[in-house]
Amino acid sequence: MSVLVFVETDGGEVKKSSLEALYYGAKVAAQLHTTATALVIGPAATDLTTLGQYGTAEVLHASDARLAQANPMAYAGVVAAAAENAEVVVIAKSSLGDALAARAAGKLKAGLVSNVTELPDTSAGFRVKSSIYTGKAFAVTEMKAGKKILTVKKNAVSPELTDASASVKPFAPALPDADFAAKVLSTEKASGELSLSDADIIVSGGRGMKGPDHWQPLLDLAQALHAATGCSKPVSDLDWRPHHEHIGQTGIKVSPNLYIACGISGAIQHLAGVNGSKVIVVINKDPEAPFFKAADYGIVGDVFEILPRLTQAAKEQLGS
Amino acid sequence: MKILVCISVVPDTTAKISFTDGDTKFNKAGVQFIAGPYDDYALSRAVELKEQSGGTVTVLNVGDADAEPIIRKALAVGADDAIRVNAEPTDAYFVAEQIAAIARQENYDLILMGRESIDFNGGQVHGIVGELLGIASFSPVMKLDIDGTTARFAREIEGGKESLEASLPLVLGCQEPIAEWKIPNMRGIMTARTKPLKVVEPVGHDSLTQVTQFELPPAKGAVKMIPAEDAGQLITLLRTEAKVL
Ligand SMILES: Cc1cc2nc3c(=O)[nH]c(=O)nc-3n(C[C@H](O)[C@H](O)[C@H](O)COP(=O)(O)OP(=O)(O)OC[C@H]3O[C@@H](n4cnc5c(N)ncnc54)[C@H](O)[C@@H]3O)c2cc1C
Ligand SMILES: Nc1ncnc2c1ncn2[C@@H]1O[C@H](COP(=O)(O)O)[C@@H](O)[C@H]1O
Repeated sequence: MSVLVFVETDGGEVKKSSLEALYYGAKVAAQLHTTATALVIGPAATDLTTLGQYGTAEVLHASDARLAQANPMAYAGVVAAAAENAEVVVIAKSSLGDALAARAAGKLKAGLVSNVTELPDTSAGFRVKSSIYTGKAFAVTEMKAGKKILTVKKNAVSPELTDASASVKPFAPALPDADFAAKVLSTEKASGELSLSDADIIVSGGRGMKGPDHWQPLLDLAQALHAATGCSKPVSDLDWRPHHEHIGQTGIKVSPNLYIACGISGAIQHLAGVNGSKVIVVINKDPEAPFFKAADYGIVGDVFEILPRLTQAAKEQLGS
Repeated sequence: MKILVCISVVPDTTAKISFTDGDTKFNKAGVQFIAGPYDDYALSRAVELKEQSGGTVTVLNVGDADAEPIIRKALAVGADDAIRVNAEPTDAYFVAEQIAAIARQENYDLILMGRESIDFNGGQVHGIVGELLGIASFSPVMKLDIDGTTARFAREIEGGKESLEASLPLVLGCQEPIAEWKIPNMRGIMTARTKPLKVVEPVGHDSLTQVTQFELPPAKGAVKMIPAEDAGQLITLLRTEAKVL
């Protein structure tokens, strides 16, 4: 019984979070004395033999034209078909990953744990640690089912690459028409933007940014740091920034290496979405802002004075 | 149109989380429970759809009797009746099996849920229910209109959104801004008291997963403050000390 890893692509490029998941899957396979297989669905611009660097010897590529658009139901069917001989299926946490993990769990009657933060303990049974209560706690779950599906959070492992190369095989399971019954009317996607869930660095703004016309200093810093941008809930409610940037309990949950909060007070519902970050920086003019309690580094002051200084220092020191 | 809304009962978003019994049980003491915030969006949209074009809204919870005041609140917001499956929700698959068992008897046109519960944050139940019933599921849905037997809706995708059209029945995981949260009024609260709340026993199965231990995150070290005038020093520290740049 092997390990299967679903590898997500975006515009044909393999997503970074999926490379982590692949490395995670290869480690699990080693723990279970078996091998890991990668499954890529849809068109791929990346050379898939390079996935071998993450510890997988074999890549299955399902490239039926109908799979060009990410469709969670059809993708779940492909994952379930590829998982026939797998004990463990690993999927990077993302909105597509969540949706297809659930459908695949339904198809396979698999145990499913989301938001996994560490490699499993396979010394007796199969136990995984996952983030729960929106990052306020962790649970260790024993997975008893014959088939197990994990969705893995960003930063659960740090991949170490080898120079191995993987063999790529076409994979063409039957695709029921019912899975394509929904009609996509239109897609709006910000192009060229770094996705929040994939970003190593996020610069995020709150109501302290004063309004939609004042975002440039924050965007400048984000650019200098190659960071994605996020915001607090009131900011997206007020339409200062698009809804998909909203971070927190009712928005997206992120776990980057570095989260820089600008003019965000640090309400518990916002913290819930960022407390998985490795390092948190808070910039706020109010020294009593609750966010400082959750921060690693803090600067008390006006964001509009501080952001340009940080951007300048970043450009000087990082040559960006 | 017959709509089923599934609500999870979860600690309030500001609740302090702690555990008892050697970190094996959630500590309910002093914690206020609410319907999940996303579930509230699902319920609000269901009630709006009923107000627009008629039909019924049934609320379903898999949980113990402590959930009943929260179920009554959903009735006060405008649902017509409620079902409680009398069982501790042990994992998403178990909850999904209970929902699917009820949905098989009743043939709902639309099953609305939250995009995720805020306790286990799985975002799993809707997909498993869709699979068990053999119908399509989508999440997270931020806009929904029904025209006869056709649903037009928008789903958040990474970095944007996708507009879709599909035939009923459907299972949808909802999030804002699908509807404005509805607050119960006095009349709603009064009528909710006498609306039917049926309690049914779960359909059996052995759970596929089991939580054996809870943990709290390690305490955060003290924050290092940097003077505003020296803001650039932060970049140096992030490079050399924190090593994240
Ligand atoms: C059920 C529920 C769910 C929620 N979910 C979320 C969620 O997912 N995400 C989320 O973010 N919120 C969420 N909230 C809202 C949350 O409670 C807070 O209201 C919100 O996070 C506050 O946003 P803010 O920090 O941007 O604004 P504010 O609280 O208004 O804070 C603005 C901050 O900016 C500082 N500031 C002002 N001017 C400057 C300046 N020139 N320079 C530097 N600092 C300045 C101020 O000192 C202040 O600390 C939720 C609330 C509820 C009830
Ligand atoms: N115990 C429950 N009873 C009824 N509905 C539930 C229950 N748990 C979860 N749900 C529904 O399923 C959605 C997704 O939950 P989850 O998969 O746990 O994140 C929630 O937003 C609810 O609408």
